[in-house]
Amino acid sequence: MTSVIGTWLAAFFTLAIFSFLYKDNPFYKVAEHLYVGISAAFWLIYVWSFTVYPLLVKPMIKNGLQGENLLLLIPFIFSIMMLFRLIPNYGWISRWPMAFTVGLGAGLGLTGAIQGILFPQMRATVLDLWLKNNPLGTLNNWLLIVGVITTIFYFFFSQEHKGAFGKIARVGIAFIMISFGASFGFTVMARVSILIGRVGFLLGDWLHLIK
Amino acid sequence: MRKEIPFLISALTAMFAVLAFFIPHKPFGGLQQKMLVWYSVVTGVAMLIGVESLLNNHYKRIRRRENILYSSFLIFGFLITFVLGVYSIRKYGDAFAPNSPFMFIFNYAEVPLQSTMFALLAFFIASAAYRAMKIRTVEASLLLAAAVIVMLGRVPAGAQLWSGMPKFAEWIMEIPNLAAQRGILIGVALGSVGMSLRIILGIEKPYLR
Amino acid sequence: MNKLGKILSNINRQVIYLLVFLVVALPMILGIKAKVTVTEPVRKAYEFIDSLPPGSFILIGIDYGPSTFPEMNPMLYALLRHAFKKNLKVGILALQNAVNIPIGSQVLRAVAKEYGKKYGIDYVNLGYKPGWDAVIVSIGREIRDVFPEDAFGTPLDSLPITRNIHNYDDIALVIDLASGGTWASWIQFAQARFGVPVIIGVTAVMGPESYPYLQSGQIKGLIAGLKGAAEYETLIHHPYLGVRGMPAQSGVHILIILLIFVGNIGYLLQKRSKT
Repeated sequence: MTSVIGTWLAAFFTLAIFSFLYKDNPFYKVAEHLYVGISAAFWLIYVWSFTVYPLLVKPMIKNGLQGENLLLLIPFIFSIMMLFRLIPNYGWISRWPMAFTVGLGAGLGLTGAIQGILFPQMRATVLDLWLKNNPLGTLNNWLLIVGVITTIFYFFFSQEHKGAFGKIARVGIAFIMISFGASFGFTVMARVSILIGRVGFLLGDWLHLIK
Repeated sequence: MRKEIPFLISALTAMFAVLAFFIPHKPFGGLQQKMLVWYSVVTGVAMLIGVESLLNNHYKRIRRRENILYSSFLIFGFLITFVLGVYSIRKYGDAFAPNSPFMFIFNYAEVPLQSTMFALLAFFIASAAYRAMKIRTVEASLLLAAAVIVMLGRVPAGAQLWSGMPKFAEWIMEIPNLAAQRGILIGVALGSVGMSLRIILGIEKPYLR
Repeated sequence: MNKLGKILSNINRQVIYLLVFLVVALPMILGIKAKVTVTEPVRKAYEFIDSLPPGSFILIGIDYGPSTFPEMNPMLYALLRHAFKKNLKVGILALQNAVNIPIGSQVLRAVAKEYGKKYGIDYVNLGYKPGWDAVIVSIGREIRDVFPEDAFGTPLDSLPITRNIHNYDDIALVIDLASGGTWASWIQFAQARFGVPVIIGVTAVMGPESYPYLQSGQIKGLIAGLKGAAEYETLIHHPYLGVRGMPAQSGVHILIILLIFVGNIGYLLQKRSKT
């Protein structure tokens, strides 16, 4: 019974959102605002259930502040300090926990970017410039190397894109445009897949027109 | 001190994280894991600020008598989900238990609403492609050509039009697209390294905003 | 000419929306079928999994949100069918979001039942753990540091499948099915630091940006979007949700290309009449 009610509720919400395609209307606005409200509460419950309670509250209640649990005072105090952002004259107190999150992100990002992206990607760009008996492979390698270098040239905005530098940057733009075209094609695929899912739900689960 | 202490916290935390990369043994490795867990907790609590801001905004609108109906629905949606979430935790021990009322809201309201919002984009992308993708310049033509070839190559109809279409589309992905994406990736990585160093050295202080 | 150009350039958007809907719905209602061509990135993923010896343990990250279920669930079905056919041991976990695990485990149970696989012996659900990068790095030392028990509270040492799994040395492959950024973390922290092979399944939107990692050898294979799932289903000779979605996908792509073509004809006619 609940799944029947649920299916009809889901179908109502789906059609309410789709009604925007005709024009903006109260049904769409109601669904949109409900979505925002439900999402906010959902994430609140989620953060409590999977982050704050199991990682902070439960260990503190279970084992108290003994041994390694003493360190839990740090996230506890930082969490309280973060909430001071809600009080107008005391918002500056939240700078400490924010500095912690920013610093940790920066430290991890530094090593992750170098070891995980920079070195492997640069290494992979060092390709053979001549492949014996493989003219297409040779051409592909040249295109790859030229494409990577010219794209990096394009994003170097400290130098004006004039003269030889400008010409190299223009070649980079050509590669970037091809890449954006390819990205557009894949984005169309992604959006259509989700639409297929929703239409499948309406025609299958709701109206039973398809299996 | 209001500016100096946050800078110290930020710089020391970042340097510790870098040090833990090179010295993964105790105490550095273990402490880094703990710090990442603290990060999850602190950013989770930061969500409360966003929720408070949202609810406060819509409450003020209701008080000002503007947008009463829709703001009321927003607050109603929030309250009913929150109450059912707390009820589910009390009754089932876990809000995410399969048969809980909270999961009912998730499966039959949150998921369809979110999915349909994304599905709308399929319609808009078709309309936008029709209106915006014109062969005005050489660059625009390149973009259009690549988009058409990739779209045709990724579906069975493309292979039926020309048997070499899927291979051609794949070549576009593996050579020119890859080259540009790698260039962008390297640029982003260098930017990320630069930004991290600026934060460590205190040149950039985003936490003071 | 100018009049024709104006007509072609000003098709009502509601007409376009209706055409898109019809092109998606009609193939579903009529049950049209389509043949799928397999591309190299998906073939590489398939061949790598196919090369694993029976009994190898693979870890699958269920890191996609509900809005991407139509794209990503078909991938999970196809990968699990292949894994169980090869008698590989499967563990699932989630790093991005806890709500992904119920859907992932639902699919896992359904496919395990098809192949007569048993929980605790052939597959295990490790559940969700917050911490993202911390979890990935911790698994490299000892998986029990972050997952002392499975999702149901059973210690890993009590389960035959996980008794001898301690870190990435005991894991033959990590597959991350992601709609967010977890795939990049698996590459940066698991593959780069510990050398564990990684295959990624991503939404089509993230497909183009994943190709550099495939060419650099940081990932062993790439499955992008519903088409990627359809290709994998074709390789394992088990057409399912991916293949079924291809006619609708084809239709919309052709429609968009036709619309672009018509729009450009209109634009060129108007441009010519102005000059």
